Amino acid sequence: MADPMKIRASMAGDKVEVKVLMSHEMETGQRKDSKGATIPAWFIQNVTATHNGKTVLSAEWGPAVSKNPFLSFRFAGGKPGDKVVITWTDSKGDKRTDEATIA
Amino acid sequence: MNTGRRKVLKGGGGAAVLGLAMVAGLFRSNGAWADWNKAAFETKSLADAVKAMGGATPVESKDIVITSPDIAENGAVVPFTIASKLPKTESMALLVEKNPSILAANFAIPDGTEPWVNTRVKMGQTSNVIALVKADGKFYYASKEVKVTLGGCGG
Repeated sequence: MADPMKIRASMAGDKVEVKVLMSHEMETGQRKDSKGATIPAWFIQNVTATHNGKTVLSAEWGPAVSKNPFLSFRFAGGKPGDKVVITWTDSKGDKRTDEATIA
Repeated sequence: MNTGRRKVLKGGGGAAVLGLAMVAGLFRSNGAWADWNKAAFETKSLADAVKAMGGATPVESKDIVITSPDIAENGAVVPFTIASKLPKTESMALLVEKNPSILAANFAIPDGTEPWVNTRVKMGQTSNVIALVKADGKFYYASKEVKVTLGGCGG
């Protein structure tokens, strides 16, 4: 299991601004190791963010997203104390879900 | 003659390696994660990427704003913000023209979510970066050149 995400959700005016830092290698499948063998691709493919059970953002990622991906987005309808839940799934089928409370 | 043959060998080997990587990395993800648009992530051009997403020719739009550094010192981590002022924005994608696969990320924007995302991507070399927005069923794009002094895709 991968390391936890760092999630920060705070009010920005009437919207909620969410910032997520995930811990993932995001291996492209283009790199070679010291012996010249290609390192297989391994990256986050799907990211979903929900607020009160409603999806507020879903993303499909390719290997071009940077290592330890950062993502920020804003949605309406949230208030302090609500929870934002983020889940990612990578190309090996590994999953990670973390949540944060809106400050 | 010899050099020609070498080129062929080199090209063939590279394609095989890439093919293997695809199989190793992506084949396993079949089925369970079917909502990942594999075809779109394998395209090399904007037109093909749009086609793989089920759209027609995209139209250039001034209502899409890409915010990024003009010169990225480190291609492994280039921050981008894409914002759309188009009404009924449904999805936003970030494409890097000269990367091995053009599509970097695609975001679905449901109602209530601002058409604004900020993320970081890798760039192999200086390239045009395209923000592709689907709004009201149609595709629009904006592009911007970002210079990279150190690539982020090779080994």
